[in-house]
Amino acid sequence: MATLAVPAGVTLPIYIDNHATTPMDPRVLEAMTPYFIKVFGNSASRNHSFGWAAEEAVETAREQIAKLIGATSKEIIFTSGATESNNLAIKGVAEMYQEKGNHIITAVTEHKAVLDTCKRLEKNGFRVTYLPVQKDGRIDLEELKRAMDDKTILVSIMFANNEIGVVQPVKEIGALCRERGVFFHTDAVQAVGKVPVNVNEQNIDLLSLTGHKIYGPKGVGALYVRRRNPRVQITAQIDGGGHERGMRSGTLNVPGIVGLGKACDIAREELASEAAHLSGMRDRLMKNLMSRLDETYVNGSLEHRLPGNLNISFAYVEGESLLMGINDIAVSSGSACTSATLEPSYVLKALGTGDDLAHSSIRFGIGRFNTEAELEYAADKLVGVVTKLRELSPLYEMAKEGIDLSKVKWDASAGSH
Amino acid sequence: MAYSDKVLDHYSNPRNVGSLDKNSNEVGTGLVGAPECGDVMKLQIRVNPVTQIIEEAKFKTFGCGSAIASSSLATEWVKGRTVDEALAIKNTEIVKELALPPVKIHCSVLAEDAIRAAIGDWKKKQGTEATEPAKVQAAQ
Repeated sequence: MATLAVPAGVTLPIYIDNHATTPMDPRVLEAMTPYFIKVFGNSASRNHSFGWAAEEAVETAREQIAKLIGATSKEIIFTSGATESNNLAIKGVAEMYQEKGNHIITAVTEHKAVLDTCKRLEKNGFRVTYLPVQKDGRIDLEELKRAMDDKTILVSIMFANNEIGVVQPVKEIGALCRERGVFFHTDAVQAVGKVPVNVNEQNIDLLSLTGHKIYGPKGVGALYVRRRNPRVQITAQIDGGGHERGMRSGTLNVPGIVGLGKACDIAREELASEAAHLSGMRDRLMKNLMSRLDETYVNGSLEHRLPGNLNISFAYVEGESLLMGINDIAVSSGSACTSATLEPSYVLKALGTGDDLAHSSIRFGIGRFNTEAELEYAADKLVGVVTKLRELSPLYEMAKEGIDLSKVKWDASAGSH
Repeated sequence: MAYSDKVLDHYSNPRNVGSLDKNSNEVGTGLVGAPECGDVMKLQIRVNPVTQIIEEAKFKTFGCGSAIASSSLATEWVKGRTVDEALAIKNTEIVKELALPPVKIHCSVLAEDAIRAAIGDWKKKQGTEATEPAKVQAAQ
């Protein structure tokens, strides 16, 4: 394959997978540094200055996080990350309110941390409704309304999807829940710091967030738990010293928490300008690719979408072979071959995207540190590889001959399938 | 996932990419796999009617790098062999040559299927009994 000249200022490999994780912002690292060696105290040590200094840092962070989502600092519980936050929110509410009801509503495109938590609860006698999504990736509010019954205690719908970046009608979902006296939890891992989040305006009762998607450290997250109108109580899932007002025991990860706080602080100040900048870059990347390649499709709503997300399918080309050809660019694919389960993306399948297009998808997660030159290089590279792989693709050839691929009788019995 | 050098070589420089005239009596075409499974291979052979030697082989593949490499290798291996010799090619040989990891064994199985399907199609055109493709055993 012809090698592409690397433009000045671009260093390979290029990271455009910011939905998976983000690099830390140097300002976050700087804020964290003193809390490893100098201010190392246990924030639960109430009887000396080492503990007080740590506690003060933790409380500052709590305020920074609360401020980003329109909450009060007492409503923020620190965890090890969003998987734990989701587990704590859903299991914690289920256990606390099981006398009231045993029905939970979620959606098929949720992250596994939510889906698998719900599956476990089903084994323990809870009933779970998994709402489908529409072609644009959003749930149907009427369908949500119909799914609610007098046993429903919790609705858990993610704020923005990690694969397709589609933003759910959170405020409307929250309003419906409020009306019916049902708690509303949202996994807002991808949304916090990227789009405006306000727990009061958007009627959110519980919200999960994490540090490493917002240029903060890994291994630290938070759960927002509403304290009034209505007050939400949760049953602790980790027992111990009674930290975090009994909701989550365990010595606090002080440097991580300081980093998470700082990351939220930066995100709050820069959200508006960053969102405009990222969506501009995303739109240019999309136009660049779609003007040069035919049969290229964006998966999910473009209108209700995270600014840095582009999930796009190149028909007749398989995702893993595509990634192989752009191995100096880090993106991800919905192709089965790139997943541990050898199944194509369940999120794309839920949109009604054919399995073949799910196999052909690439997810770009454009982030704070990406440059226009990087995206241009990525687009040039991708156009070259897609063109080459299409020359190699029997499906492209058949489609060009006018054969309707959906009408071909495929022999799917071959191989391991 | 790390690919072997041979897979990378076939991916970067696939051998015998293209198509033969599927209506020619000397050409056998095999199309195996399914788009929703993420792999489709088309393998074609042109057989010398006198010697029964496969003189030309072409492929096109929709699939991962290992699927592309398996079919590219298959075209290399069938060329110059008689039809019967080509039928003796086993997927395990492809696995070994390309150092495919266990999760990619199905790519080699598909390549073996493609060879058999192409030969089966050619035999049908010759009016000879198309041999039933033998049950392929994945080498797990």
